[in-house]
Amino acid sequence: MGVEIPKTSYSGAIRQISFGSANKVTMGGANSFPFHVFEGEMPNPPRIAMEVYDHPPEDWPEAALAPFKDVVDDPVKWAGKCIEEYGAEIICLQLKGLDPNGKDDPVEDAVATASRVAEAVEVPLIVWGCGNDEKDAEALKAICEACEGRGLMVGPVTENNYSRVGAAAIAYQHVVAAMTPIDINLAKQLNILLGNLGVPDDRIVIDPNSAALGYGIEYTYSVMERIRMAALLQEDERLAFPIICNMAREVWKVKEVGIPQQEDPKLGDPEERGIMMEAMTASLLLNAGADLLIMRHPEAIKRTRKLISDMMG
Amino acid sequence: MALSGIEIFKMLPRTNCGDCGVPTCLAFAMNLAGGKAELAACPHVSEEAKEKLVDMAAPPMRTVAIGTGEREVKIGGETVLFRHEKRFENPSAIAVLISDTMDQGEVDERLKKLEELTYDRVGVTLRADMVALRADSGDASKFKALVEHVTEKSEVALLLCAADAGVLEAGASVCAERKPLLYAATAENVDEVAELALKHKCPVAAKGKNLDETAELAKKLTAAGLKDIVLDSGVRSMHEALRDQVGIRRAALVAKIKELGYPTIVIPSEMTDDPAHEALMASVFMAKYASILVLSDLEPAHLFPLLVGRLNIYTDPQRPLATTEGIYPLGNPDESSPVMVTSNFSLTYFVLSGEIENSRVPSWLLVKDTEGLSVLTAWAGGKFSGDLIGLFVKKCGIAEKVNHRKLIIPGYLAPESGALEDELPDWQIIIGPREAANVPAFLKRWPFE
Ligand code: SF4
Repeated sequence: MGVEIPKTSYSGAIRQISFGSANKVTMGGANSFPFHVFEGEMPNPPRIAMEVYDHPPEDWPEAALAPFKDVVDDPVKWAGKCIEEYGAEIICLQLKGLDPNGKDDPVEDAVATASRVAEAVEVPLIVWGCGNDEKDAEALKAICEACEGRGLMVGPVTENNYSRVGAAAIAYQHVVAAMTPIDINLAKQLNILLGNLGVPDDRIVIDPNSAALGYGIEYTYSVMERIRMAALLQEDERLAFPIICNMAREVWKVKEVGIPQQEDPKLGDPEERGIMMEAMTASLLLNAGADLLIMRHPEAIKRTRKLISDMMG
Repeated sequence: MALSGIEIFKMLPRTNCGDCGVPTCLAFAMNLAGGKAELAACPHVSEEAKEKLVDMAAPPMRTVAIGTGEREVKIGGETVLFRHEKRFENPSAIAVLISDTMDQGEVDERLKKLEELTYDRVGVTLRADMVALRADSGDASKFKALVEHVTEKSEVALLLCAADAGVLEAGASVCAERKPLLYAATAENVDEVAELALKHKCPVAAKGKNLDETAELAKKLTAAGLKDIVLDSGVRSMHEALRDQVGIRRAALVAKIKELGYPTIVIPSEMTDDPAHEALMASVFMAKYASILVLSDLEPAHLFPLLVGRLNIYTDPQRPLATTEGIYPLGNPDESSPVMVTSNFSLTYFVLSGEIENSRVPSWLLVKDTEGLSVLTAWAGGKFSGDLIGLFVKKCGIAEKVNHRKLIIPGYLAPESGALEDELPDWQIIIGPREAANVPAFLKRWPFE
């Protein structure tokens, strides 16, 4: 005789979302909790995008910089290295230079960078703004137009700029990443607004605002679990979208990631520590429901891929 | 699971004899349900009813204690599947493996790492919790010698691992008073191991080839009179182990299957030879329901992230971690360094202190007790108003540490700057950025001449 393990009866499923052009990627589609493949389907295992930046990073720990030292001054070369050497299947271009509190790049520069990368690589491309709603609205709008036909994912789209970016995404057929600050109701609200604006349901992904291990990941973790439960158990169709986590930039600014070994020998080798902080952040986010992770270190990515394949069985 | 007074009443003799100190059985039942009386006060309740009541009142997953004294480890007692519903009770205990085939140098090195690798974070000390002593030699005297050596050197909670009951006995006999977890009762040795656990009053693990067999074994152990049981579903592949961990938690909490109402053990070190992959697997099982995780070694660069992740996942979602009120010097500030004030929501503190350190501008950060609420929430709730901040700035003693009188407040508190100026007439109130991410750029402008 065996024990009867209670199964969860799911009534909803996550939408499948594709983006890219010549080379497309599909995410989502799960009809059970993450990696609960014993009672449901996960037709598209979670994906990993590798990030490249518009300018050479100034504040990265050595461990994160080392793999890209020879390419950091050119996002096209950087993306090329990610694809050829590290097998990246998606690239995320982070336009940090747009930030008015930082380099304050003119929008035209960002558009030029995005267009160059979009032309140079064949894999699906995510274009991410600087987090300033106004500047991002202008830049992402222009990028949507310039990259028509490329099937981008653009983000972060917020409640303050969704109508401008959303309209451009509709017109030029890109996917939007709707970002809200770690709150299930706000996430739902923004998805409703995007829907009302006319963004088709197969072109929205949720960015719950990822935190890193040690810096509030528990909030992201629980909000993601709740979003998944609402979508799968209560058929809340305004939450039944894939989830994207722009996580690497959070991980590598964690205080303990940057501490040299001499300063605190108990923390171990800084390279291995940083890689592990990134991979473990990924591991927790994956188990909370992430469909797409934006990651940085090639070794952290390699380990995360292996973990995903092990969890899929 | 709490029983209602009526449910209890039905099982009492209903004679209203009053021997329990209250006039009626119903009154006694109500007191019992409210935790105001002990069942033992009624001399007339039948053995059968007693057993039933204890059984019915038992929590769906038992809490098991391993070890003694300060290093006792409590596992299990979980009540939910998702942490937002209610706090996860007992963090996964992390055990490091020591084999009786290792030389003494290696053994001592591992014990040393176990003691030394501790980390302080938000006032909490993070560390691994147990050692798993494994009989690989097959030689009872060798195993016994290892157990003796480790118990002499360390107070840590023990896990004794041997397939052979005789070898297990050799180890248990020299450390029984330390309440080690005996690992494991299997289909081959369950009777002998049950006897051993009874004799030494030790917790014991049930390890089947699969979940069904494990449940069978747990049932046998219970029948033998054992209560402190830990489950190993026996599988050693990632996806099957995940399935079983979810299965056991659901069986215990949702279906209330008694023989699975126990904490679990997962051994990632038996799932892979790659230590990094092992640590990553451990992070999954830490969140997904393992009560004990056995690691092949303690690599600091792996252990630290795992412990931090555990701290995060096992934090009470209703009561966020708070930072202690006080003055935090960041990057060796001196008397001319900027002074900033913020709330004591630990996430605010973490993010802000991180950004201040990134800025490389040494600063004084004043953390005010806002009951663990973030800046905006605390302000909205009246706990972060200008007059309260003013009082705090005066009494915290920052005025003696700096030779200037400039106070930077969070951008969201701009409406309070007037009240603050009234409260702190000597100070110039400067409105800082709303978001921590903009703090480095802001601090570069210090001293705002
Ligand atoms: S002692 Fe027992 S039987 Fe007598 S009144 Fe109390 S509960 Fe009822």
